[in-house]
Amino acid sequence: MIGMLVPAAAFFAVFFILPMFRLFLVGGSGASGWAAYMAIVTDHSYFSSLLATFGVALITTLASLLIGSIVGVFLQRHRFPGRRALVALITLPMAFPGVVVGFMVIMLAGRQGLISQLSMALGGGRVVFAYSLVGLFLGYLYFSLPRTILTVMAATEKLDPKLEEAARSLGAGPWHIVRDVILPGLKPALISAGAICFATAIGAFGTAFTLATRINVLPMVIYTEFTLSANIAMAAALSFVLGALTWTVLALARSAAGNTVAAAA
Amino acid sequence: MNSDRAISICLQGCSKTFLDGTRALEPLNLEIVAGETLVLLGPSGCGKTTTLRMIAGLEHPDAGGTVLFDGEDVTALGIEERNIGMVFQSYALFPNMTVAENVAYGLRIQKMRKPQMQERVREMLAMMRIEALAERRIDQISGGQRQRVALARALAVRPRALLLDEPLTALDAQLRDVLRVEISQLLHDLKMTTVYVTHDQAEAMALGDRIMVMSHGRVEQLGAPREIYHQPASAFVAGFVGSMNRLRGRVGTDGFDCAGGRLSWHTPGVEEILFRPEDVRIVEAPVADLTGRVTASVFLGERTQLLVDVGDAAPLVVFADARKAHRVGETLHMQVDPCGLLTL
Repeated sequence: MIGMLVPAAAFFAVFFILPMFRLFLVGGSGASGWAAYMAIVTDHSYFSSLLATFGVALITTLASLLIGSIVGVFLQRHRFPGRRALVALITLPMAFPGVVVGFMVIMLAGRQGLISQLSMALGGGRVVFAYSLVGLFLGYLYFSLPRTILTVMAATEKLDPKLEEAARSLGAGPWHIVRDVILPGLKPALISAGAICFATAIGAFGTAFTLATRINVLPMVIYTEFTLSANIAMAAALSFVLGALTWTVLALARSAAGNTVAAAA
Repeated sequence: MNSDRAISICLQGCSKTFLDGTRALEPLNLEIVAGETLVLLGPSGCGKTTTLRMIAGLEHPDAGGTVLFDGEDVTALGIEERNIGMVFQSYALFPNMTVAENVAYGLRIQKMRKPQMQERVREMLAMMRIEALAERRIDQISGGQRQRVALARALAVRPRALLLDEPLTALDAQLRDVLRVEISQLLHDLKMTTVYVTHDQAEAMALGDRIMVMSHGRVEQLGAPREIYHQPASAFVAGFVGSMNRLRGRVGTDGFDCAGGRLSWHTPGVEEILFRPEDVRIVEAPVADLTGRVTASVFLGERTQLLVDVGDAAPLVVFADARKAHRVGETLHMQVDPCGLLTL
């Protein structure tokens, strides 16, 4: 039995513990020593970029869940001409790398973008938000929505229609059914879709890199510290903190999902 | 509990055609008397569930059909506005709520005050004898207990009528028998108008004040259980409810001459006679009406079921004393109770 644990332990060590440990050590090896780990809280620019990163990830997740639930339930529940083609098209954004998504945002909301041209034509002045957090949010949302919609659709299919009929027989209206039957039934799927959404948005680099003239999300800060300032220790410390915080959020989500799965079984 | 507010239910010209053009139900006229239990009986696809769902308001009849509750037209109302209690085969309990929360759900929708609500929930749990389960989650209770919760939940809102869609089908045989007796007593005590859908004829006999036998979207027969059993109106009813033996032949001077012997039937113009296994007695040769050869013998515990070949197309089903062994191939002499002879 113990012998069989060796491969698992070796895998765990090579792919997980050694890199993390090394990263952690490098983080404390700079001029400021272990204080580098505190800099993310004490240094104003680091801290604000941490907040911006988590903020945009959180808003992306919430928006993706809200839109994804409505669209997913609708697509699963209604049959209309062209539905199959539409469902097939939904996965398209997942095929694009982050750089391309960023480029698309620029074409939509950049200086020469569609929205900018439209607002100029209407006499409303130049509207540009591609290079702000709003642009980043749009890019992440575009990338996250397909997965959320598909997850919600799969979960909706598994909902027992008799539960809704039972609720209706007891006098429940549409809002009661959403609150008491559909959302509780979708909860595990929403938590897992949300967790993936959040983790993707925290770590997405390509989109940020393409748009990021005015944005300092944490992956961009790490990149800058590493390549431009050659501050390897700081980059390592920030990387470790980013990873640890993201992992904590995902672990919390997973335990919440675990509880609801047990309740629904 | 609800005896003073039992309602009559009336369907007038209710047919149902699904979107793909299949006719689930031919135009149906049905009068359900206030306080009675009507059982809809038939094989799957016969239209019994469609009829129930139309009464519930989960399906709407084709144009021209009308559903009346106590004379009031409810055709256009959805199930949420009809105030009926519904129990499903799959229980359909809310998995995210406890037993007590499930029972309280309809009351919560009605915004009943908390003390009153707790009192009603307690009363319902006591009636179904599941007080001890109040705080359990649904996945922590058994199938029989779930169906009791489903009944308590449906009755908690004091519905105008109770609709049950194969409520015992998902349970194992022993539990089914226990719950059948319980539901029978419950329905008797409640005196509520009840429509009960099943494909199990024993359940139908035990629970129904009247039974409506259906097949292919049509009503085959509507009547009291004894009527359905003893005077089946069609070959379908005769075959679907209980076992029925059939013998072809013709009426001669001394009776009905058929394969294997002669039955004491004298009314002319009959080509087929039906009788049930329990009306056949195994006798000695001199007094026998029919003689045949045993082709199969199945020991069922309380009796032995024999298949007897008398020369007609299908073998006769005959019940024999469980303690007496009949071997395959043995010649059997039988007498048929003249009161049990039927024609269609």
